[in-house]
Amino acid sequence: MKSPILWFNQLGSPPNFHAFASRWMPWYFGTALLLLAIGVWGALFRVPADYQQGDSYRILFIHVPCAYMSLFVYATMAIQAAIALVWRIKLCEILAMACAPIGAAFTTITLATGSIWGRPMWGTWWDWDPRLTSELVLLFLYIGVIALDASIEDRRRGARVAGFLAMIGLINLPIIHYSVYWWNSLHQGQTIRLLGPSKMDSRMIWPLIATIAAMQLWFFGSLLSRARTMLLEREAGKAWASGIACSDGTRASQ
Amino acid sequence: MNTPTLPRAAGAMLARDLRLAWRRRGDTLQPLLFAVLVVAMFPLALGSERARLAMLAPGAIWVAALLASLQGLDALFRSDAEDGSLEQQLLAPVPLSLLLACRMLAHWLTGSLPLILIAPVLAQLLFLPNYLLAPLLLSLLVGTPLLVLLGSTVAALTVGMRRSGMLLPLLALPLYVPVLVFGAGSVMAAAQGQDWLGAVLLLAAGLALAVVLAPLAAAAAIRIALP
Amino acid sequence: MLAVARLRFDRNDERVFGPLDFVVRAGEALLVTGGNGVGKTTLLRVLAGLLRAGEGQLQWHGEPCDSLPADGIAFVGHLPGHKADLGGIDNLRFAVGLHGCRHGVSPITALAGVGLAGFEEVPAGRLSAGQRKRLALARLLLSPAPLWLLDEPYANLDRDGITLVDRLLAMHLGEGGAALITTHGAYAAPPVRARELLLDTQIPDPHDLNRGDAVESA
Repeated sequence: MKSPILWFNQLGSPPNFHAFASRWMPWYFGTALLLLAIGVWGALFRVPADYQQGDSYRILFIHVPCAYMSLFVYATMAIQAAIALVWRIKLCEILAMACAPIGAAFTTITLATGSIWGRPMWGTWWDWDPRLTSELVLLFLYIGVIALDASIEDRRRGARVAGFLAMIGLINLPIIHYSVYWWNSLHQGQTIRLLGPSKMDSRMIWPLIATIAAMQLWFFGSLLSRARTMLLEREAGKAWASGIACSDGTRASQ
Repeated sequence: MNTPTLPRAAGAMLARDLRLAWRRRGDTLQPLLFAVLVVAMFPLALGSERARLAMLAPGAIWVAALLASLQGLDALFRSDAEDGSLEQQLLAPVPLSLLLACRMLAHWLTGSLPLILIAPVLAQLLFLPNYLLAPLLLSLLVGTPLLVLLGSTVAALTVGMRRSGMLLPLLALPLYVPVLVFGAGSVMAAAQGQDWLGAVLLLAAGLALAVVLAPLAAAAAIRIALP
Repeated sequence: MLAVARLRFDRNDERVFGPLDFVVRAGEALLVTGGNGVGKTTLLRVLAGLLRAGEGQLQWHGEPCDSLPADGIAFVGHLPGHKADLGGIDNLRFAVGLHGCRHGVSPITALAGVGLAGFEEVPAGRLSAGQRKRLALARLLLSPAPLWLLDEPYANLDRDGITLVDRLLAMHLGEGGAALITTHGAYAAPPVRARELLLDTQIPDPHDLNRGDAVESA
């Protein structure tokens, strides 16, 4: 059995990563879809209605996992960027930049589901709820990273520069979060919070765990998929990449 | 005098930047004029009713200061990168972070300090009550250096690029959010009769951290961003 | 003074130059020649520390090091290196503040030494290309660093300017300094003790030709 360090090291080589990603991607996506189906079914049909919010709270089973993932993916992106900058590992650069659009998507879903959730309570589609406002700033952080990476022609330098920005953003994230909560308490006093201080009924927890796990696995699958594509793009001239292209497409004359 | 000492190099950098700002006085004053224009937009858009403007005044002045701070950022490192001065600074036997810190200080002295000096005038334009002037000035005094430090770090990341257009504001604004919240918020808290000094002290703590970390981060950013 | 072993640089996974092995001794100049795009400027920038080499070992005065010490090198590249809005004297004062000053030279004497006496207060942006190059050479004159890294120092200069560069080189080498100069080879070699390093596009092949060992007699 190969030692984990050796395996990790070998994973860094592009052809190995490509094989690894291709092999495991379907499993991640498949399991994620299964868990998502279970979670949504449980959320819609098995779990009782909330005594305060009725049935409209059920969207939290999508909202909460996405909110958690939006932060998790950002942290992952910043850590990958740090590794890429310190050790100059090309694969980590690619992984970091692949995280950005996925995280932005999770953040957008969080904002959309948050808005839908709040509508019955607030009467409007947006209420500058502190957590959602914080998510909005997070979305802009993601967009900034994506835009910065896209604006630099040298792909490796772009990944490193945008990765550094992601690291700066990570340090600022708790500060932004805290400042937004302070801002909210200053200007609006206590509003109806989306996820109130009342703990969730224990009967309601299990679909949440299912959907959280589903989102996590979906992220891994999506990350592998994106990274694999980006890797192929950047290594387009190399022998191993053309080999894969030839074997996937029609067979060239031998 | 063979090798330069740190204070000497810092002094040379500061002198150079101040001299450059003076040579291009018009360009240096532009952010200030921009801030005044922004402030003037508010009554034009919302009407000159005293009470309404007075309520908006702290936020409007802070937004104007923030937008003005963004104006000068793009040019901060661009000229040095284009004519090779940045190269020479990279190759100097003094830490790059020290030189960048002097840069940021000069930028604040020439860009934000004049704004703070005319803030009372801006406050008058928007009918800010007199008792709020002190919190406003104090929050600007502590907050604008923080804006310069954060903004410069982000500007350092874009140093290799051609015209970055709107990219720099897009990158800097999320980082500016806490400064805006605490800065303008402290004045709003004073307006509501609540404790406002706490927010300013938070800003001051952030400033203390940023004074040390931002030049280091900016130096690292320049090394990463230069082709 | 400087010893380089197996120095290599890649960009986008393509080899730009290397592996190179060469030495630069005190009192001599190494001319790096080769056609366009062969990596001469990149080599200079790697040695200056502006770029990070892919592989290789540097030795400074016999001590291995990751990069050459900043106070040991003076770099003149393609970019002017000074502010267009400031006059020559202000630019040089700034350079002295950053890099220090060679004994016995001051910004004013340096400007006079490169033939820019009387142009102290003229903003550098209003100087001609040749005059701006001379300003960069004045910066070189002021620098206390023993090793000069010069990228195409003869570019933009008229015959007097070329003589000036040769004179500065001779003076610097005579005082025990060293220089690494990239040049197209279209210009005559400076009349100092020099060796040549030829960079080839496909096969990096350092030649070691002794180009005359007569020290220039001014």
